[in-house]
Amino acid sequence: MSAEAHAHGHADGHGHHGHGHHDEGFIKKYLWSTDHKMIGFQYMFTGMAMALLGGFTVYAFRMQLAFPGISVPGYGRVTATDYNALVTTHGSVMIFWVAMPVLIAALGNYLIPLMIGCDDMVFPRLNRLSYQIFLISAIVLIASFYVDGGAFGGAWTSYPPLSAKAEFSLTPKGSTLWLLAVALEFVAFLLGGINFVTTVMNSRAPGMKMFDVPIVVWMIIIASILFMASVGPLVAGAVMLLFDQQLGTGFFDPAKGGDPVLWQHLFWFFGHPEVYVVLLPAMGIVAEIITVFSRKKLFAYKTVLYTAIGTGVLSFFVWAHHQFIAGIDPRMANIFSVTTLLISIPVAEMCFVYIATLYGGSIRLTTPMLWALAFIGEFLLGGVTGIFLGASGADIYFHDTYFVIAHFHYTFFPIAFIAVFAAVTYWFPKMFGKHMNDTLGKMHFWGTIISFNFIFIPLFVLGARGDHRRIYDYRHFPDLMKPGMQDLRILATVALLVLLAFQVVFLANFIYSLFKGRKAEANPWNANTLEWHAPSPPPHGNFPEGLPTVHRGPYEYSHPDRQDDFWPQHLAGDARSAQS
Amino acid sequence: MIRPIATTREATGMPTGRLAVWWVIASEIVIFGGVLGSYIMHRLGHPEWANQSVHTNTWAGAFNTFVLLTSSLCAVLAHQAAEAKDGKKAAKFLMFTVLGGLVFLIVKSFEWSHEIHAGYTLTSNTFWSFYYTAAGLHGLHVIAGMIIMLFVAADARHNRELQRVENIGIYWHFVDVVWIFLFPLLYIAK
Repeated sequence: MSAEAHAHGHADGHGHHGHGHHDEGFIKKYLWSTDHKMIGFQYMFTGMAMALLGGFTVYAFRMQLAFPGISVPGYGRVTATDYNALVTTHGSVMIFWVAMPVLIAALGNYLIPLMIGCDDMVFPRLNRLSYQIFLISAIVLIASFYVDGGAFGGAWTSYPPLSAKAEFSLTPKGSTLWLLAVALEFVAFLLGGINFVTTVMNSRAPGMKMFDVPIVVWMIIIASILFMASVGPLVAGAVMLLFDQQLGTGFFDPAKGGDPVLWQHLFWFFGHPEVYVVLLPAMGIVAEIITVFSRKKLFAYKTVLYTAIGTGVLSFFVWAHHQFIAGIDPRMANIFSVTTLLISIPVAEMCFVYIATLYGGSIRLTTPMLWALAFIGEFLLGGVTGIFLGASGADIYFHDTYFVIAHFHYTFFPIAFIAVFAAVTYWFPKMFGKHMNDTLGKMHFWGTIISFNFIFIPLFVLGARGDHRRIYDYRHFPDLMKPGMQDLRILATVALLVLLAFQVVFLANFIYSLFKGRKAEANPWNANTLEWHAPSPPPHGNFPEGLPTVHRGPYEYSHPDRQDDFWPQHLAGDARSAQS
Repeated sequence: MIRPIATTREATGMPTGRLAVWWVIASEIVIFGGVLGSYIMHRLGHPEWANQSVHTNTWAGAFNTFVLLTSSLCAVLAHQAAEAKDGKKAAKFLMFTVLGGLVFLIVKSFEWSHEIHAGYTLTSNTFWSFYYTAAGLHGLHVIAGMIIMLFVAADARHNRELQRVENIGIYWHFVDVVWIFLFPLLYIAK
């Protein structure tokens, strides 16, 4: 510890008043900042911009599917090569450049130091570096659209030989740039994850014991560890795939003694825990919001925690359910079916715990609460349809159909969008010191939820009727053009257009509230966790009155001995002596 | 940048820097685990790779194992000196460790040029692909460790940031342990 930091530690009572906002130029404040809140915003706004790209690509290829051959307004005619690049980019962007950065990097960066009561991450410069690497990865991905042959079109799973050989993928440069972008992104999140875990382990406010840590922080930490433990083999796989692409090795080429299924193992050994890497933070967000707006203690805090850890451990033993038709041994497939069905137990348990939290609470249907409740309902549908795919017998028929797509989106849309909208509407007053407009917020909620179901329920039906995925023009497949099938595709596409249109409401509300919104007080929702003790928005250093000390768990709502129905974590004393 | 208060807290009782090094190692273990796991699975399916692996130079590998282990001993001695607040001595032992890394790389480069001249290149067979990829990845870690160690030694000489001597030592032991796995898998297994 340097003498400087030591002296600074003693100045605790004054927080960071001494430095921060004054004499900082625009670049230093917004682009070169080491403040965890600013880095969180950088991740959030980059993620939102990438979501627009992900949304635009899906718009273009869904239009092609519904109205094959038309000139898509704003894009032009979608060629077969374009179509492949568009679906690949949509998948990669939405998972790696939207869900990951917004759910984990943005919210983790913003919330962790505030919720555990310290002034920043333990490695602020490492944090800044992590964002910069992430930004470069996004730029590399976008750049791949402009090289010879265009962007990579071998799907976000990047299976060889399609991804390894230029004569199959036809995108010799695009596929390498895609791989490079993904690898850079992993480096960024590894750095961020190490920072998160170390911060929460070492820098909690005095008095904050393990079970006083808010669930969302726990979830982000478990997710970071899952990511760290699962991404390694894929990093190794990425190096091997890069060598196959550019140097002519044969790791995934059977003709040279390699094995293409090896990539599938390496990819899904990461890819399936990845589902839980993004699910758990979303579950954590929902836990925070549900307790605040039912004014009730979280039902079974420790159960949620142990369940989350159990989910994390189990998630390492399910990956091969993606490969039931890749020629793996049926006995092996049976084992993976069992583990896959087992993992639905802890996840369902979490949903039940949240419902039990609602029971007997005084529920407030604010906009964030609506999103949180919608998350439980919609995610449940995603989970239940997963049972069909986890059972190896049924999966043989459902594999590579739109049933899989619909199932996947019923899990990932709630995770990457519903939970994120819940988080943004809930923490917006803290982040920007302004309230969001509630009418616009509810309009956006209903418009999004209804149209979302109208997109994906038709896809379930189509998938059950055998509609194969990754097909550019269904008119070439008479079996898939039976009466009604094209109508369902058109219905899904129209619903998508409605859903995209309603996002304009959100963006308008966001920008309007940022500048013209009603000013927010420090604790507008009467919540307990530490971030609401800081001013809205928190200054550099977070807690100008000195870093808080923690006296109780995060969910003491409606305590019978207290007049107030909430009991902030930082207030000293017992129930009667400490009325706020 | 003023160091945040967060950096100075120690709720686990372990300094933040050392804790972070352990997490770095945790994430590295799975990276090497991915390479070696893939290699072992392939090797079991291809007994004929033994005809390739006989061409690796086991004695050079054994010598390099000895060099790396000795350099790890120097890292321990550097840590001991740092504990005793003797920054100059710690820096000296760190430089010996760096020297060990350098010898390792020189032996490696002779080995590789010999093998490449004999026609065993990255692309000649998947055994050699694994051989160069795994050892190359390890070599990059050796180089990175050496560079960081030079910075740590430069600070330690002036008795600054002595806690970093232990942290880079932990990392160096890890690099050493990876080699302990690579050596029998790539050289000895015939």
